[in-house]
Amino acid sequence: MSKLATVLRLTDVVKTFPGVRALDGVHLEVAEGEVHCLLGQNGAGKSTLIKILAGVHHADSGELLWRGEPFAPATPQAAMRAGIATIYQELDLVDHLSVAENVFLGHEPSRFGFTRRRATAAATRRILESLGHPEIPPGRLIKDLPAAGKQIVSMARALSHDAKLIVMDEPSAVLAHDEVENLFRIIRELTANGIAVVYISHRLAEIREIGDRVTVLKDGRTTAAGLSARTPTRELVGKMTGRAFEYVFPPRVSTDTRTEPLLTVDRLSRAGEFADVSLTVHPGEIVGIAGLVGSGRSELLETIFGARRPDTGTVTLDGHRITGVGTAVRHGMGMAPEERKSQALLLDEPVFKNMTLASFAAFARAGFTAARDEQAAARRTADDLDLRPRDVDRPVRTLSGGNQQKVVVGRWLLGHTRLLLLDEPTRGVDVGARAELYQVVHDLAADGVGVLLVSSEVPEVLGLADRVLVMREGRLIREAPAGDLDEDTVLDLVMAGSLMEGEAA
Amino acid sequence: MTARTALPRRTDNDQVLRNLGLVGVLAALVVIGIVTRPELYSDPAWVRNNILTILQQASAIGVVTVGMTFVIIGGGIDLSVGAIIALAGVWSTTLATQAYGAAGMIFTALVVGLAVGLVNGVLIAYGKLVSFIATLAMLVSARGLAAQISGKQTQVSTNDTINSIASSRLIGIPVLVWILAAVVVAGWVLLNRTTFGRRTVAVGGNPEAARLAGIDVKRHTMLLFVLSGLCCGIAAIMLTSQATSAQAAMANLYELDAIAAAIIGGTLLSGGRGTIVGALFGVLVFSTITNLFAINNLATEVQNMVKGGIIVAAVLLQQFRYRSLTNLLRRRNDPDIS
Repeated sequence: MSKLATVLRLTDVVKTFPGVRALDGVHLEVAEGEVHCLLGQNGAGKSTLIKILAGVHHADSGELLWRGEPFAPATPQAAMRAGIATIYQELDLVDHLSVAENVFLGHEPSRFGFTRRRATAAATRRILESLGHPEIPPGRLIKDLPAAGKQIVSMARALSHDAKLIVMDEPSAVLAHDEVENLFRIIRELTANGIAVVYISHRLAEIREIGDRVTVLKDGRTTAAGLSARTPTRELVGKMTGRAFEYVFPPRVSTDTRTEPLLTVDRLSRAGEFADVSLTVHPGEIVGIAGLVGSGRSELLETIFGARRPDTGTVTLDGHRITGVGTAVRHGMGMAPEERKSQALLLDEPVFKNMTLASFAAFARAGFTAARDEQAAARRTADDLDLRPRDVDRPVRTLSGGNQQKVVVGRWLLGHTRLLLLDEPTRGVDVGARAELYQVVHDLAADGVGVLLVSSEVPEVLGLADRVLVMREGRLIREAPAGDLDEDTVLDLVMAGSLMEGEAA
Repeated sequence: MTARTALPRRTDNDQVLRNLGLVGVLAALVVIGIVTRPELYSDPAWVRNNILTILQQASAIGVVTVGMTFVIIGGGIDLSVGAIIALAGVWSTTLATQAYGAAGMIFTALVVGLAVGLVNGVLIAYGKLVSFIATLAMLVSARGLAAQISGKQTQVSTNDTINSIASSRLIGIPVLVWILAAVVVAGWVLLNRTTFGRRTVAVGGNPEAARLAGIDVKRHTMLLFVLSGLCCGIAAIMLTSQATSAQAAMANLYELDAIAAAIIGGTLLSGGRGTIVGALFGVLVFSTITNLFAINNLATEVQNMVKGGIIVAAVLLQQFRYRSLTNLLRRRNDPDIS
C-alpha cells in the first residue's frame, strides 16, 4: 500500500501566529489511496496544518508539494480546485439551504446566471448513491438531517469537487457506532478509487481499524512520520505527549477523607453530554477528572456549578441543594471556567473589579460599593497569589494568561469559597506560572477548601490530585487514588475507542 | 497613599480625552455662533439666557439619555423611549387623570413609564427576545395605545402646578434644568458608586462571566429596562409641562437622539463601557447645534443632516480607537493558537 505514489509531501513547514509558533517544522507524506492518520494533543498544530492544506492559512516557510508541484493555495476555493477537500469538525454546511445546494455551494451548475436546479439535484443524487446513501433527498434542508446525514453531505460536497485528497477532522466524533462503520466503508471505497484520506481522530482503536500510516504532531513539530498504524499504544502516546516541560508539583499533605463529604454529586445526567455521574469531594481534598475534550467533563463541571440544568440527578454542597449559579455561589462554590476570557473576565476592567466580581456586593454598604476596601482586599490577594505586576488597577487584558488565571482564582478566594471547580486551569499558562498555580491549589486544599479539577493533561491530574476519576464519553469509567495510576494507564482509558464499548474497567 | 494615586486606568484616560474632545466640539459650536451672530453675543444678558435655553431644551432628552446609557452599557438597546413618553404623557393628561391633580398626573406618568419598562424587561430577560426587536414592537404598540387613548387629539393640561414646572426658576435656573442635573447626578452615582452600576458594567461587558460569578443577569437586564422606563416617565412630565399639553406624536424620534447622544459620549454600543458625563455632553452638543440653527434662522433639514454627520464621525472615531487599541493588545498577548 505504501508503495503507491506520494501525492502530498510537506517538508519543514512553519507557521507563526503573532506570539506563537503554531507549526514549527512539520513533515507529512501522504500516498495515493491511503488513509493517513494525524495524531496529536489539542494545540499540537493539527488544525493549523489542515487549514494550510485547505487554503485558509498560508505557511510562512517550508515546502509543500502536491502531486509533484509546489502548492500554496491562496484561498479555500483554490485548494478545492486543486483537488483537496476538507471536512471540518464543525460541519461547515448552511443549515437553511437544501442538501443539493450545499453539495454544490460555490460551484453551482448554472446557465446565464440561473442555477440549474434539476441538474444539481440529479448530480447530487448520483454522488449520494455512490456514498451508499440514496435515501437522503437532495431537496431536504440541512437542518432537518441528523448528524450522520450532515456528514454524508459534507463528504458528497468533497466528491463534487472531484477531490483527490480528503481531509477529515474528527469525523467520528459526532457519529454513533453503526454510523462509524458506514463511514469506514465509505472511506475504504474512496481509497480503493485512489483517493487519499487524511484522518484525524483521538480514538486509537479507530486509527488501528481504518488507518494505514500515522503521523504524530506535538507542539507544532512532527515527532513521528509515517509510522505503521499497528504501532503499539505506548509508543504512539509517548510521541504525542513526550515531555514538553517538567511538571513541578509541590509535596502533598495527605487529607483526611473520613470527614463528611463537602460536595456530593448523585447520578447526574444531561442528554448527549454525560450520564449517571456520581462523585464526592471532601474538605481539603483535590479530586481530578481526566478526560479528553468532548468527554463531557466541562459540561459536568458547569452542571455541578448550576450553570447548566441537569436532566436528572442532584448536586449537594454541605447539605444544600444546588439549583443554580446563585445558590452555588451563595453556599461557597466557585468556578474557574475553561474559557477564561469569554467566560470569566471583564477584560477592560481593572484587576480588582475582576477579583471582586463575585463579592463586591458583600463589600458594599447599603448598595454603595466600597471600592477602596475592594482594592485593599484585592491587593492582599494579589500578594498571596504573587500576581505580577502587582497593580490591581490595571486592565486585566494587559496581564499574561497565568496572571489572568490567578485573578480568576483570586475572585473565589475573596468570596470565601469552600469548593473550587477548576476547568483546565493551566491552559495557555506558561511553565513558571503553572508551578505557582499548583502551589496555590495545594495551599487552598491545606486550608480545607475542596478542589475539583478537570484537565486534559494527564500528568497534571495525576500530580495534583489526591483522587482521580477517568471520564470517557460522558461516563466516569474509573476511580482510584492518584498514586495507584500511571500516565499510560490513564491515557489508555481516556483514549479507548467507542468501538470497544462496554469494557469499562 | 499609593492606593489613591495609583496609575489612572487606561479606560479613564480614554474617557477624559473623549470628554475633552466633546468640550472642544461645544467650544467650536459656540465660536461658530459668535462668528455668525456677533451682535447677539455682544449682549451678556442674551448669552446667559441662551445658555439656559440650551440647557432647558436638553433637559427632557437628557433624562431619557441617562436611562438609555444604562441600557446600552448593560448590553441592550431601548427603541421605545419616545413611545413610552408619549403614552405616559397622554395617560397622565386624560381628563380622568387630571381630576386627581398634579400628584395624580406625576404618579400616573411614572407608573406608566415603569410598567412599560417592566414589560420590555420581562420580554427581553425572561422571554429571551432581542432587545432591538422587543422595544421596536413596543415603540409601535405604545404609540398606538397613546393614539387610542387620546383619540389622536392634543390633550391640554389644565393643571397649573404641572404647567408651571417648565416656566419656574429656582435661584435663576429653570426647574427643568434642576431636574436634569438631579437625574444626571443620581445616574452618575448609580453607575459609579453602587452595586447596581457594577452589575450593569459586568452584565454588558461579559454576560457569561457575570452569570458564572453568581450575578442574576436576567433580573438585572429586566431592571435596566425598568430604569429606562422610569426616566421616560420623568421626561413625559417635563415635556407635558413645557407644551402644557400631551399628544400621541410627542417625543418623536427621541430614541434616536438618546442613542446618538450616548454613543458620541463614548458608550460602547456593544455594551460594557460608557459614562453618564459623556452622554450629557452628547446631549449638549445636539441641543447646541439646534440652538445654533435657530439663532441663525436656518432650516431644520440642514440641521438633521449635520446631526447625522456628527453621529457617523463619532462612531467612526470610536471604532478606529477601539480597533487600534485592541489590535495593539492582541498582538502582544493574545496569540491565535490553532
